Formats: sequence, structure tokens, C-alpha cells
Amino acid sequence: MKLETRDLTRVHEGRAIVDHVNLAVATGEVVMIVGPSGAGKSSLLRLLNRLDEPTAGTAFLDGVDYRRIPPRELRRRVGMIMQTAHLFPGSVADNVRFGPRQRGRDLSEVEIERLLSRVGLSGFGDRMVDRLSGGEAQRVAIARALANDPEVLLLDEPTSALDDSAKAAVEDLLSEIIREESLTCVWVTHDTAQAKRMADRVLVMQNGRLQMTS
Amino acid sequence: MLNQFFQDPIQLATAQAAVAIALALGMMFIAAWAGIHLEKEILIALLRGLVQVVAVGAVLLFIFQGPELLGFVILAGMMALAAKTAEKRAEGLPDAFRVALFGIALGGGSVILLMTWAGVIDPKLTSLIPIGSMIIANSMNAASLALDRFQGEIRSHVGHIETALALGADPKTAVQPYARAAVRASLIPRIDSLRTLGIVWIPGVMTGMLLAGNQPVHAALYQFVIMAMILAVSGLASLISALLMAGAIFTPAEQLKINIRV
Ligand SMILES: Nc1ncnc2c1ncn2[C@@H]1O[C@H](COP(=O)(O)OP(=O)(O)O)[C@@H](O)[C@H]1O
Ligand SMILES: [Mg+2]
Repeated sequence: MKLETRDLTRVHEGRAIVDHVNLAVATGEVVMIVGPSGAGKSSLLRLLNRLDEPTAGTAFLDGVDYRRIPPRELRRRVGMIMQTAHLFPGSVADNVRFGPRQRGRDLSEVEIERLLSRVGLSGFGDRMVDRLSGGEAQRVAIARALANDPEVLLLDEPTSALDDSAKAAVEDLLSEIIREESLTCVWVTHDTAQAKRMADRVLVMQNGRLQMTS
Repeated sequence: MLNQFFQDPIQLATAQAAVAIALALGMMFIAAWAGIHLEKEILIALLRGLVQVVAVGAVLLFIFQGPELLGFVILAGMMALAAKTAEKRAEGLPDAFRVALFGIALGGGSVILLMTWAGVIDPKLTSLIPIGSMIIANSMNAASLALDRFQGEIRSHVGHIETALALGADPKTAVQPYARAAVRASLIPRIDSLRTLGIVWIPGVMTGMLLAGNQPVHAALYQFVIMAMILAVSGLASLISALLMAGAIFTPAEQLKINIRV
């Protein structure tokens, strides 16, 4: 298993917002998680990126307990795309460079351009991020995450803040990239149709618990 | 006029205080006549201010007869109180008392020691205590301002900070722009007051020295020395506070302790 959780739990203010979740994702598998708002989907992804600490249980990456992986290394290997792009002020290229630079590696112009063309933003490197549309910003966020060369990608409703045309385009783009890279994915959405389109497997989350379905 | 009736300086000062109170009461009656009723607040403020400042004077009278070491003990106590005050401003940030105390003690303490050693501050208690307390008060203001602003920046940029972490950034890098903004914001008022020194206002130390009969250029230079010292100590205190707080807001697993969802 690429990614596995064992009774992963987070209690917040006396309530289990993630409740004994046991999830196993095979290498290259795309697991879609659907469920009503407030079900704990985002909270689960935050635990999988270790942005929050579980109050019980744990997770494993390639069989290694999260607690034995340095957080920065873990987050490099388990990338995350959020609902909003949260681009850093500056140029598109600055954003794409960010991840590798944290480890002292400077991406070349060619590498940046290759990442940008992967997300359909060829030639956007010098563009300032405050001049991008919502869909473009989210594409930059995707390129920025890919620059880290992640093994697992966590996606928290990556298209839900976009307008309809951008939604479809970003979904297609992600689908293509995931297939090409055989990325292991945990993708949260509230759109059941999207879940069916993208999934190897759809899981339903409710009240912090994960229920197995087809 | 008063000095024709009172020769003893304490009697003279008491009479001057009475005249000042009468003036404030006069203002109060005029305000009341204009429909602005602040009688209670003004009376309490006058009374409190008078009692407090006379008490401080009495305490200083006693302290000034003590050994010089006492001065440092008192300044240390002031630092603790200042840190307590700054902590309140930083409510919602973890470890704020420790952070503010380090900022004030390291920033203020080093400036006081250095300036005393260099001979800018007279090690006599009569100058060490008032100037030291002024330095501490300014460290406190700078640390409070920096922490308050830092907290605001963090809260409005949680998404960016966590995105940086999620990309494998170390926590210091993730909050660096916000720590810098905080330090910058805390220094702007000090830079402004140094820039307008003498033009917009003649500040306290110079006023005091002029009243005490010092030569104006001498008084002016010493005022400048004080202002430059305040600028330095403010920068040190806010830098140290912001730097320490940038560490304190993360867990050992490099997670933001301020838990708000965006
Ligand atoms: N800062 C927070 N820390 C912990 N739990 C929170 C926080 N904010 C909201 N919650 C609660 O956690 C629960 C799960 O929220 P979330 O994971 O965002 O659900 P979903 O993504 O499925 O809509 C909700 O009941 C929500 O109220
Ligand atoms: Mg959510």
C-alpha cells in the first residue's frame, strides 16, 4: 500500500471530526471521497499532509509511520491541492519554484516552462499572480505542487471554487496528469458525478467516519 | 506670582498643582455647560493621577537613597510588568509572556547596559531609573505592536502559511513575510517621531532640561540621543519578539498552532 491509515482519529473540542478512519490506497490508485459538508473530509486530508496531528491512530507512507518521517519530507512526498490556490505574491515562476527551493534546488527556466505547459500555461512564467483568473491560479497551484515531484497527491475540492467552464478544464487537466504520472490520489469532492468520473474507488464520509461503497 | 507667596519648593509645587486642578475643573464645568458630562471620569482621573504620581515621587525619593544595584532590580521588575502588559495585547498567541519578556529584557536590557557602559546614561539612580524605565516602556510598546500586527497577519494568511508548509517549507520561511511586516509596522511610528523631532513637537526630555535651565543646544542633543536610543531599542525588542514568536506558533511537527480554517 502506498498510503494507509490505522484508526486515524482527530478529536476537536470533544467531538471526533475524524473518527477511526482505516483507509488503504494502492500505488497509482485514485480514491474519491464524497460526503456532506462538515463530514470531516478536509480534516482527514489535513491529517494526511500532517498539517494537523491525530489525537489517536496514525498513517503510513510506503509502510513507514508518519511520525518517523520528518514533516517537511513527508509534505514534499505527499502534495496537497486546496480549494483556493493561495498563490504567493510575485510571478507565476516564483510560485512554481517555491517547493524545490525549500530544499536548496533551483528549477531552471526550462523546467519551469515544462511544468507550466503541463498545466496549459505555457509562457505564463513572468505573469504576476494578481493578474490571473481563478482557473489560471488553480493551474499554477497544480504546477507548483507538481514541481515537488510528489508520490501522493491530496486534492481538497480543487474545482469547487471555479466557474463551470474552468471546472471542467481543470478536472480534465488533473485527470490527464494523474494518469500520465500514475499518481496516487485522495481526492475530496462534493460532486458525486465528478467522483464517479475520476475514481478507481468512491468512499463516503459522514460524521467523521469513512464508509466503504463500490 | 505663586513664588512670591511660597519659598519652600514642595509648598510651591503643591500650590501649582492646586492651580492646575482648578484649571481642569474649570474645563470640566465648561464641558458640562456644553452638555458633555464627564464629571465623574475627570474627577477620578485627576485624583488617581495625582495620587499615583505623588506615590511614585515618594518611592523614588526613597529609592534614590539606596544602592545603585537597587536600580537594576527595579528595572528588572519593570521588565516583567511590561512583558505582562504586552502579553495581553498578544492574546491568542502561544507563549506570549515568555516571548515578550525576552524581547523586552534582551532588547531593553542590552541597550541600558550598553548605554550605561558608554556613558550615555549616567549610572546614578536619578538618571538610570527614569531613562531605563523610558527604554523599557518603549520596548514594551514595540513588542506589543509587533506581536499584535504579527497575529493579525497570521490570521489573515493562514491559507498561505499552510500552503507553504504543505509544499515542504520550514515554518520560519512560511511566516517570514508576516514577521517582517510586523517588525516594520512597529518601527514606523518611531521613525516618524524621529523625523519630525523638533518641528512638530518638543518632546519631554528636552522640555524638562530646558525647564531645569540647561543650555538649549545641549538639551536638544540629549533629546536626540534619547530618541535614537528609543528607535534602536524598539527595533531590537520587536525583532526579538517577532523572531521568537515565529518559532512559538508551530508545534514540533511543524503545524500552525493557531487553528482557524480558511
Ligand atoms: N479549525 C478547526 N479545527 C477543527 N475542526 C474544525 C475547525 N473548523 C471547523 N471544524 C469542524 O470540523 C468538522 C469537519 O470539518 P471539515 O473537515 O472541514 O468538513 P468537510 O471538509 O467535510 O466539509 C466540522 O464540524 C467543522 O465544524
Ligand atoms: Mg472541506
